[in-house]
Amino acid sequence: MLDKSGIAKRIAQELKNGWYVNLGIGIPTLVANYIPEGVDVEFQSENGVLGMGPFPFEGEEDADLINAGKQTITVRKGAAFFDSAMSFAMIRGQHVQLTVLGAMEVSQSGDIANWKIPGKMVKGMGGAMDLVASADNIIVAMMHSNREGESKLLKECSLPLTGVGCVKKVVTELAVLEIKDNKFHLIERAPGVSVEEIIAKTEGDLVVPEFVPEMKL
Amino acid sequence: MNKVVNNVEQALEGIQDGMTLMLGGFGLCGIPENSIAQLVKLGVKNLTCISNNAGVDDFGLGLLLQNRQIKKMISSYVGENAEFERQMLSGELIVDLIPQGSLAERCRAGGAGIPAFFTPAGFGTEVAEGKEVRMYNGKPHILEEALTADFAIVKAWKGDTEGNLVFKATARNFNPMMAMAGKITIAEVEELVPAGELDPNFIHTPGIFVQRIFKGQHFEKRIEQRTVRTRN
Repeated sequence: MLDKSGIAKRIAQELKNGWYVNLGIGIPTLVANYIPEGVDVEFQSENGVLGMGPFPFEGEEDADLINAGKQTITVRKGAAFFDSAMSFAMIRGQHVQLTVLGAMEVSQSGDIANWKIPGKMVKGMGGAMDLVASADNIIVAMMHSNREGESKLLKECSLPLTGVGCVKKVVTELAVLEIKDNKFHLIERAPGVSVEEIIAKTEGDLVVPEFVPEMKL
Repeated sequence: MNKVVNNVEQALEGIQDGMTLMLGGFGLCGIPENSIAQLVKLGVKNLTCISNNAGVDDFGLGLLLQNRQIKKMISSYVGENAEFERQMLSGELIVDLIPQGSLAERCRAGGAGIPAFFTPAGFGTEVAEGKEVRMYNGKPHILEEALTADFAIVKAWKGDTEGNLVFKATARNFNPMMAMAGKITIAEVEELVPAGELDPNFIHTPGIFVQRIFKGQHFEKRIEQRTVRTRN
Protein backbone atom coordinates (compact mmCIF):
# COMPACT_ATOMS: atom_id res chain seq x y z
CA MET A 1 0.00 0.00 0.00
CA LEU A 2 1.23 3.49 -0.81
CA ASP A 3 1.31 6.51 1.47
CA LYS A 4 0.44 9.96 0.12
CA SER A 5 4.00 10.54 -1.05
CA GLY A 6 3.90 7.18 -2.83
CA ILE A 7 0.78 8.22 -4.75
CA ALA A 8 2.53 11.45 -5.72
CA LYS A 9 5.66 9.54 -6.77
CA ARG A 10 3.63 7.24 -9.03
CA ILE A 11 1.83 10.19 -10.65
CA ALA A 12 5.17 11.94 -11.21
CA GLN A 13 6.09 9.06 -13.55
CA GLU A 14 3.36 10.31 -15.90
CA LEU A 15 5.11 13.67 -16.40
CA LYS A 16 6.54 14.25 -19.86
CA ASN A 17 9.24 16.61 -20.97
CA GLY A 18 7.96 20.03 -21.99
CA TRP A 19 4.60 19.80 -20.23
CA TYR A 20 2.88 22.59 -18.33
CA VAL A 21 1.19 21.04 -15.31
CA ASN A 22 -1.43 22.25 -12.83
CA LEU A 23 -1.35 20.57 -9.43
CA GLY A 24 -4.34 20.77 -7.08
CA ILE A 25 -4.26 21.13 -3.31
CA GLY A 26 -3.30 18.16 -1.12
CA ILE A 27 -1.63 15.01 -2.50
CA PRO A 28 -1.26 16.56 -6.01
CA THR A 29 1.02 19.30 -4.60
CA LEU A 30 3.49 16.58 -3.55
CA VAL A 31 3.99 15.49 -7.18
CA ALA A 32 6.39 18.43 -7.63
CA ASN A 33 8.80 16.70 -5.22
CA TYR A 34 9.28 13.65 -7.48
CA ILE A 35 9.92 14.95 -11.00
CA PRO A 36 11.86 12.18 -12.78
CA GLU A 37 15.42 13.00 -13.73
CA GLY A 38 15.79 14.53 -17.19
CA VAL A 39 12.14 15.62 -17.34
CA ASP A 40 11.60 19.38 -17.62
CA VAL A 41 8.13 20.57 -16.64
CA GLU A 42 6.70 23.91 -15.53
CA PHE A 43 4.04 24.17 -12.84
CA GLN A 44 1.11 26.52 -13.34
CA SER A 45 -0.81 27.75 -10.34
CA GLU A 46 -4.20 29.18 -11.22
CA ASN A 47 -3.88 32.19 -8.94
CA GLY A 48 -1.39 33.56 -11.46
CA VAL A 49 2.06 32.02 -11.78
CA LEU A 50 3.92 29.82 -14.24
CA GLY A 51 7.23 28.37 -13.13
CA MET A 52 6.48 27.68 -9.49
CA GLY A 53 9.51 26.70 -7.41
CA PRO A 54 9.96 25.18 -3.94
CA PHE A 55 8.85 26.72 -0.65
CA PRO A 56 10.98 29.71 0.45
CA PHE A 57 13.68 29.49 3.11
CA GLU A 58 12.53 30.65 6.50
CA GLY A 59 12.59 34.43 6.66
CA GLU A 60 12.24 34.80 2.89
CA GLU A 61 8.47 34.35 2.69
CA ASP A 62 6.67 36.96 0.58
CA ALA A 63 2.98 37.59 1.30
CA ASP A 64 2.55 38.60 -2.35
CA LEU A 65 3.84 35.26 -3.67
CA ILE A 66 1.61 32.28 -2.99
CA ASN A 67 0.19 29.22 -4.78
CA ALA A 68 -3.47 28.24 -5.22
CA GLY A 69 -3.37 26.59 -1.78
CA LYS A 70 -2.40 29.99 -0.31
CA GLN A 71 1.02 28.62 0.64
CA THR A 72 4.11 30.81 0.36
CA ILE A 73 6.24 29.74 -2.60
CA THR A 74 9.19 30.82 -4.74
CA VAL A 75 9.54 30.94 -8.51
CA ARG A 76 12.09 29.43 -10.84
CA LYS A 77 14.16 31.37 -13.36
CA GLY A 78 11.96 32.26 -16.32
CA ALA A 79 8.73 32.39 -14.32
CA ALA A 80 5.80 34.61 -15.27
CA PHE A 81 2.98 36.27 -13.33
CA PHE A 82 -0.45 37.04 -14.76
CA ASP A 83 -4.01 37.86 -13.76
CA SER A 84 -6.83 35.38 -13.14
CA ALA A 85 -8.50 35.86 -16.55
CA MET A 86 -5.20 35.11 -18.29
CA SER A 87 -4.65 32.13 -16.00
CA PHE A 88 -7.94 30.51 -16.95
CA ALA A 89 -7.33 31.33 -20.60
CA MET A 90 -4.32 29.02 -20.28
CA ILE A 91 -6.50 26.37 -18.64
CA ARG A 92 -9.65 26.53 -20.79
CA GLY A 93 -7.57 27.15 -23.89
CA GLN A 94 -5.85 23.77 -23.28
CA HIS A 95 -2.36 25.20 -23.02
CA VAL A 96 -1.83 23.17 -19.84
CA GLN A 97 -1.01 19.52 -20.65
CA LEU A 98 -1.80 17.83 -17.34
CA THR A 99 -4.08 18.51 -14.41
CA VAL A 100 -3.74 16.53 -11.17
CA LEU A 101 -6.41 17.00 -8.55
CA GLY A 102 -8.02 15.35 -5.55
CA ALA A 103 -11.59 14.06 -5.35
CA MET A 104 -14.23 12.92 -2.91
CA GLU A 105 -15.81 10.60 -5.53
CA VAL A 106 -15.07 9.43 -9.08
CA SER A 107 -17.52 7.48 -11.22
CA GLN A 108 -16.83 4.81 -13.83
CA SER A 109 -17.97 7.25 -16.53
CA GLY A 110 -15.29 9.73 -15.45
CA ASP A 111 -17.50 12.08 -13.42
CA ILE A 112 -15.84 13.77 -10.48
CA ALA A 113 -17.20 15.29 -7.25
CA ASN A 114 -14.95 17.33 -4.99
CA TRP A 115 -16.49 20.60 -3.87
CA LYS A 116 -19.56 20.16 -1.72
CA ILE A 117 -21.29 17.87 0.79
CA PRO A 118 -24.88 19.15 0.97
CA GLY A 119 -25.81 20.47 4.40
CA LYS A 120 -22.37 19.71 5.82
CA MET A 121 -19.51 21.29 3.96
CA VAL A 122 -19.43 23.88 1.23
CA LYS A 123 -16.00 25.14 0.41
CA GLY A 124 -16.63 26.04 -3.19
CA MET A 125 -15.22 24.73 -6.43
CA GLY A 126 -12.40 27.25 -6.84
CA GLY A 127 -10.81 26.57 -10.21
CA ALA A 128 -11.69 22.86 -10.27
CA MET A 129 -14.71 23.14 -12.59
CA ASP A 130 -12.75 25.17 -15.15
CA LEU A 131 -9.86 22.70 -14.94
CA VAL A 132 -11.88 19.50 -15.35
CA ALA A 133 -14.14 20.92 -18.07
CA SER A 134 -11.22 21.83 -20.29
CA ALA A 135 -8.22 19.61 -19.67
CA ASP A 136 -7.67 16.60 -21.93
CA ASN A 137 -5.46 14.88 -19.44
CA ILE A 138 -6.79 14.68 -15.89
CA ILE A 139 -5.37 12.42 -13.19
CA VAL A 140 -7.16 12.10 -9.88
CA ALA A 141 -5.02 11.49 -6.80
CA MET A 142 -7.03 10.20 -3.86
CA MET A 143 -7.49 7.47 -1.29
CA HIS A 144 -9.47 4.45 -2.51
CA SER A 145 -12.04 4.73 0.33
CA ASN A 146 -13.40 7.55 2.50
CA ARG A 147 -13.03 7.80 6.28
CA GLU A 148 -16.12 5.62 6.75
CA GLY A 149 -14.46 2.93 4.67
CA GLU A 150 -16.79 3.38 1.70
CA SER A 151 -15.40 3.13 -1.81
CA LYS A 152 -14.77 6.44 -3.61
CA LEU A 153 -14.71 4.67 -7.01
CA LEU A 154 -18.40 4.40 -7.81
CA LYS A 155 -20.88 3.44 -10.50
CA GLU A 156 -22.32 6.93 -10.09
CA CYS A 157 -21.27 9.85 -7.91
CA SER A 158 -23.66 10.62 -5.05
CA LEU A 159 -22.28 14.11 -4.27
CA PRO A 160 -22.80 17.26 -6.39
CA LEU A 161 -20.59 17.00 -9.47
CA THR A 162 -17.59 19.12 -10.35
CA GLY A 163 -17.37 17.80 -13.90
CA VAL A 164 -18.86 15.19 -16.21
CA GLY A 165 -17.01 12.41 -18.05
CA CYS A 166 -13.61 14.05 -17.66
CA VAL A 167 -11.37 11.83 -15.52
CA LYS A 168 -9.12 9.45 -17.48
CA LYS A 169 -6.91 8.04 -14.75
CA VAL A 170 -7.03 7.54 -10.99
CA VAL A 171 -4.10 6.77 -8.70
CA THR A 172 -4.89 5.61 -5.17
CA GLU A 173 -2.91 4.00 -2.34
CA LEU A 174 -3.92 0.63 -3.82
CA ALA A 175 -3.88 0.94 -7.60
CA VAL A 176 -3.62 2.76 -10.89
CA LEU A 177 -6.90 2.65 -12.79
CA GLU A 178 -7.95 3.93 -16.19
CA ILE A 179 -11.48 4.95 -17.08
CA LYS A 180 -12.84 3.99 -20.48
CA ASP A 181 -15.97 2.41 -21.96
CA ASN A 182 -17.87 3.34 -18.80
CA LYS A 183 -15.70 1.08 -16.63
CA PHE A 184 -12.68 1.23 -14.36
CA HIS A 185 -9.74 -0.75 -15.73
CA LEU A 186 -7.12 -2.01 -13.30
CA ILE A 187 -3.68 -1.15 -14.71
CA GLU A 188 -1.28 -1.61 -11.79
CA ARG A 189 -1.48 -2.58 -8.13
CA ALA A 190 0.54 -0.99 -5.34
CA PRO A 191 3.37 -3.02 -3.77
CA GLY A 192 2.00 -5.70 -1.46
CA VAL A 193 -1.62 -5.13 -2.49
CA SER A 194 -3.67 -8.03 -3.85
CA VAL A 195 -6.04 -7.84 -6.79
CA GLU A 196 -8.75 -9.20 -4.47
CA GLU A 197 -8.40 -6.24 -2.11
CA ILE A 198 -8.75 -3.76 -5.01
CA ILE A 199 -11.82 -5.59 -6.30
CA ALA A 200 -13.36 -5.58 -2.82
CA LYS A 201 -12.77 -1.85 -2.36
CA THR A 202 -14.01 -0.73 -5.79
CA GLU A 203 -17.77 -0.23 -5.96
CA GLY A 204 -17.90 0.63 -9.66
CA ASP A 205 -17.52 -1.90 -12.48
CA LEU A 206 -13.89 -2.98 -12.65
CA VAL A 207 -12.15 -4.74 -15.52
CA VAL A 208 -9.29 -6.89 -14.23
CA PRO A 209 -6.81 -8.32 -16.72
CA GLU A 210 -5.30 -11.75 -16.18
CA PHE A 211 -1.99 -10.27 -15.10
CA VAL A 212 -1.85 -7.06 -13.07
CA PRO A 213 1.71 -5.74 -12.72
CA GLU A 214 2.96 -4.24 -9.49
CA MET A 215 3.89 -0.54 -9.60
CA LYS A 216 7.56 0.29 -9.92
CA LEU A 217 8.44 3.27 -7.75
CA MET B 1 -5.78 63.46 -15.28
CA ASN B 2 -5.15 63.49 -11.58
CA LYS B 3 -7.01 60.68 -9.80
CA VAL B 4 -5.43 61.11 -6.39
CA VAL B 5 -7.57 61.39 -3.28
CA ASN B 6 -6.00 62.19 0.07
CA ASN B 7 -7.08 59.25 2.14
CA VAL B 8 -9.27 56.18 2.45
CA GLU B 9 -12.20 58.25 3.77
CA GLN B 10 -12.33 60.31 0.57
CA ALA B 11 -11.67 57.26 -1.58
CA LEU B 12 -14.75 55.42 -0.30
CA GLU B 13 -17.12 58.38 -0.39
CA GLY B 14 -20.48 57.46 -1.91
CA ILE B 15 -20.54 53.80 -0.90
CA GLN B 16 -24.01 53.14 0.50
CA ASP B 17 -26.17 50.37 1.92
CA GLY B 18 -27.29 47.80 -0.61
CA MET B 19 -24.58 48.45 -3.17
CA THR B 20 -22.61 45.84 -5.13
CA LEU B 21 -18.87 45.91 -4.54
CA MET B 22 -16.04 44.03 -6.22
CA LEU B 23 -12.98 43.44 -4.06
CA GLY B 24 -9.71 42.20 -5.53
CA GLY B 25 -7.51 39.52 -4.02
CA PHE B 26 -6.95 35.78 -3.86
CA GLY B 27 -7.11 34.51 -0.31
CA LEU B 28 -5.51 37.30 1.69
CA CYS B 29 -3.05 38.05 -1.13
CA GLY B 30 -3.60 41.38 -2.87
CA ILE B 31 -6.70 42.43 -0.92
CA PRO B 32 -7.51 46.13 -0.38
CA GLU B 33 -7.09 45.91 3.38
CA ASN B 34 -7.20 49.66 4.11
CA SER B 35 -10.50 49.98 2.26
CA ILE B 36 -11.97 46.93 4.02
CA ALA B 37 -11.09 48.47 7.39
CA GLN B 38 -12.83 51.67 6.30
CA LEU B 39 -15.94 49.73 5.17
CA VAL B 40 -16.11 48.26 8.68
CA LYS B 41 -15.87 51.79 10.12
CA LEU B 42 -18.55 53.12 7.75
CA GLY B 43 -20.85 50.29 8.76
CA VAL B 44 -22.57 50.15 5.35
CA LYS B 45 -24.93 47.18 5.25
CA ASN B 46 -26.74 44.81 2.89
CA LEU B 47 -23.76 44.73 0.59
CA THR B 48 -23.34 42.32 -2.29
CA CYS B 49 -19.64 41.49 -2.42
CA ILE B 50 -17.97 39.93 -5.44
CA SER B 51 -14.63 38.51 -4.40
CA ASN B 52 -12.90 35.21 -5.11
CA ASN B 53 -12.71 34.38 -1.40
CA ALA B 54 -14.30 35.61 1.81
CA GLY B 55 -11.17 36.21 3.85
CA VAL B 56 -10.56 34.43 7.15
CA ASP B 57 -12.56 34.88 10.35
CA ASP B 58 -10.63 37.91 11.60
CA PHE B 59 -9.12 39.44 8.45
CA GLY B 60 -10.10 40.49 4.96
CA LEU B 61 -13.79 40.20 4.11
CA GLY B 62 -14.22 38.10 7.26
CA LEU B 63 -14.32 41.42 9.14
CA LEU B 64 -17.40 42.53 7.15
CA LEU B 65 -19.04 39.14 7.68
CA GLN B 66 -18.51 39.30 11.44
CA ASN B 67 -20.15 42.72 11.38
CA ARG B 68 -23.12 41.35 9.36
CA GLN B 69 -22.56 43.92 6.60
CA ILE B 70 -22.76 41.44 3.73
CA LYS B 71 -26.10 40.24 2.39
CA LYS B 72 -24.77 38.28 -0.56
CA MET B 73 -21.37 36.90 -1.58
CA ILE B 74 -20.35 35.93 -5.08
CA SER B 75 -17.19 33.85 -4.77
CA SER B 76 -15.47 30.69 -5.99
CA TYR B 77 -13.90 29.35 -2.78
CA VAL B 78 -14.78 30.14 0.81
CA GLY B 79 -13.18 27.23 2.66
CA GLU B 80 -11.04 29.25 5.06
CA ASN B 81 -13.80 31.08 6.86
CA ALA B 82 -15.81 29.30 9.61
CA GLU B 83 -18.12 32.29 10.22
CA PHE B 84 -18.92 32.36 6.50
CA GLU B 85 -19.80 28.67 6.48
CA ARG B 86 -22.00 29.16 9.56
CA GLN B 87 -23.90 32.12 8.04
CA MET B 88 -24.33 30.27 4.76
CA LEU B 89 -25.56 26.99 6.23
CA SER B 90 -27.97 28.88 8.52
CA GLY B 91 -29.33 30.86 5.57
CA GLU B 92 -28.34 34.31 6.92
CA LEU B 93 -26.06 34.89 3.97
CA ILE B 94 -26.96 34.42 0.31
CA VAL B 95 -24.07 32.77 -1.51
CA ASP B 96 -23.47 32.35 -5.20
CA LEU B 97 -20.53 30.02 -5.77
CA ILE B 98 -19.16 30.09 -9.29
CA PRO B 99 -16.10 28.57 -10.95
CA GLN B 100 -12.98 30.68 -10.51
CA GLY B 101 -12.29 31.03 -14.21
CA SER B 102 -15.90 31.99 -14.90
CA LEU B 103 -15.73 34.59 -12.11
CA ALA B 104 -12.60 36.11 -13.62
CA GLU B 105 -14.02 36.12 -17.13
CA ARG B 106 -17.40 37.50 -15.99
CA CYS B 107 -15.61 40.46 -14.39
CA ARG B 108 -13.42 40.94 -17.46
CA ALA B 109 -16.48 40.75 -19.71
CA GLY B 110 -18.31 43.27 -17.52
CA GLY B 111 -15.54 45.76 -18.04
CA ALA B 112 -15.06 44.94 -21.70
CA GLY B 113 -18.60 45.42 -22.99
CA ILE B 114 -19.26 41.70 -23.52
CA PRO B 115 -22.66 40.95 -21.92
CA ALA B 116 -22.25 37.16 -21.85
CA PHE B 117 -20.12 34.29 -23.13
CA PHE B 118 -20.12 30.49 -23.39
CA THR B 119 -17.75 28.39 -21.29
CA PRO B 120 -17.41 24.63 -20.75
CA ALA B 121 -16.84 25.11 -16.99
CA GLY B 122 -19.70 23.83 -14.87
CA PHE B 123 -21.62 21.94 -17.56
CA GLY B 124 -23.53 19.04 -15.98
CA THR B 125 -23.23 20.54 -12.48
CA GLU B 126 -25.38 22.73 -10.21
CA VAL B 127 -23.68 25.75 -11.74
CA ALA B 128 -25.36 25.06 -15.08
CA GLU B 129 -28.91 24.98 -13.68
CA GLY B 130 -31.16 27.36 -15.61
CA LYS B 131 -28.42 28.37 -18.03
CA GLU B 132 -28.53 28.06 -21.81
CA VAL B 133 -26.40 25.22 -23.21
CA ARG B 134 -24.85 25.25 -26.66
CA MET B 135 -22.55 22.83 -28.45
CA TYR B 136 -19.29 24.19 -29.83
CA ASN B 137 -16.65 21.90 -31.31
CA GLY B 138 -18.71 18.92 -30.19
CA LYS B 139 -18.66 19.95 -26.53
CA PRO B 140 -21.42 21.45 -24.37
CA HIS B 141 -20.91 25.00 -23.08
CA ILE B 142 -23.03 27.11 -20.73
CA LEU B 143 -23.95 30.79 -21.03
CA GLU B 144 -22.43 32.98 -18.31
CA GLU B 145 -23.31 36.65 -17.93
CA ALA B 146 -20.99 39.56 -17.25
CA LEU B 147 -20.61 41.07 -13.78
CA THR B 148 -20.27 44.76 -12.94
CA ALA B 149 -20.25 46.66 -9.65
CA ASP B 150 -21.16 50.06 -8.23
CA PHE B 151 -17.64 50.22 -6.83
CA ALA B 152 -14.62 48.04 -7.56
CA ILE B 153 -11.92 48.22 -4.89
CA VAL B 154 -8.49 46.94 -5.90
CA LYS B 155 -5.04 46.85 -4.40
CA ALA B 156 -1.85 47.48 -6.36
CA TRP B 157 1.85 47.58 -5.54
CA LYS B 158 2.59 50.84 -7.35
CA GLY B 159 0.34 53.42 -8.87
CA ASP B 160 0.83 56.86 -10.34
CA THR B 161 -1.23 60.03 -10.14
CA GLU B 162 -2.91 59.11 -13.46
CA GLY B 163 -4.25 55.89 -11.93
CA ASN B 164 -1.92 53.56 -13.82
CA LEU B 165 -1.28 50.42 -11.78
CA VAL B 166 1.46 47.83 -11.38
CA PHE B 167 0.87 44.71 -9.32
CA LYS B 168 3.41 42.50 -7.58
CA ALA B 169 3.72 38.74 -8.13
CA THR B 170 0.54 36.77 -7.43
CA ALA B 171 -1.10 39.77 -5.71
CA ARG B 172 -2.32 40.67 -9.21
CA ASN B 173 -4.98 37.92 -9.42
CA PHE B 174 -8.50 39.41 -9.77
CA ASN B 175 -7.49 43.05 -9.36
CA PRO B 176 -7.06 43.98 -13.06
CA MET B 177 -10.43 42.55 -14.18
CA MET B 178 -12.29 44.04 -11.26
CA ALA B 179 -10.72 47.42 -11.94
CA MET B 180 -12.29 47.22 -15.41
CA ALA B 181 -15.74 46.26 -14.15
CA GLY B 182 -16.41 48.95 -11.52
CA LYS B 183 -18.60 51.94 -12.34
CA ILE B 184 -16.21 53.68 -9.94
CA THR B 185 -12.89 51.96 -9.33
CA ILE B 186 -10.85 52.74 -6.24
CA ALA B 187 -7.21 51.69 -6.13
CA GLU B 188 -5.24 51.53 -2.90
CA VAL B 189 -1.50 51.30 -3.50
CA GLU B 190 1.62 50.72 -1.47
CA GLU B 191 3.59 53.33 -3.41
CA LEU B 192 2.05 56.35 -5.10
CA VAL B 193 4.39 58.06 -7.56
CA PRO B 194 4.13 61.09 -9.89
CA ALA B 195 3.04 60.52 -13.50
CA GLY B 196 6.04 59.60 -15.60
CA GLU B 197 7.81 57.49 -13.01
CA LEU B 198 6.23 54.20 -14.07
CA ASP B 199 7.50 52.80 -17.36
CA PRO B 200 4.50 52.84 -19.77
CA ASN B 201 5.75 49.50 -21.16
CA PHE B 202 5.09 47.80 -17.85
CA ILE B 203 1.69 49.11 -16.77
CA HIS B 204 -0.69 46.26 -15.88
CA THR B 205 -3.88 48.32 -15.50
CA PRO B 206 -4.10 51.54 -17.54
CA GLY B 207 -5.40 54.55 -15.62
CA ILE B 208 -8.56 54.78 -17.71
CA PHE B 209 -10.05 52.06 -15.50
CA VAL B 210 -9.27 53.87 -12.22
CA GLN B 211 -11.27 56.83 -10.89
CA ARG B 212 -9.69 57.26 -7.45
CA ILE B 213 -6.25 56.31 -6.18
CA PHE B 214 -4.71 56.67 -2.72
CA LYS B 215 -1.72 55.47 -0.78
CA GLY B 216 -2.74 52.93 1.87
CA GLN B 217 -1.73 53.92 5.41
CA HIS B 218 -0.88 50.46 6.63
CA PHE B 219 -0.46 47.07 4.96
CA GLU B 220 -0.37 44.09 7.29
CA LYS B 221 -0.19 41.66 4.35
CA ARG B 222 -1.07 38.67 6.46
CA ILE B 223 0.13 35.27 5.23
CA GLU B 224 -2.50 32.53 5.27
CA GLN B 225 -0.28 29.45 4.97
CA ARG B 226 3.32 30.10 5.90
CA THR B 227 5.24 27.26 4.25
CA VAL B 228 9.02 27.19 4.33
CA ARG B 229 11.91 24.80 3.82
CA THR B 230 14.92 24.52 6.06
CA ARG B 231 18.42 25.44 4.99
CA ASN B 232 20.88 22.56 4.89
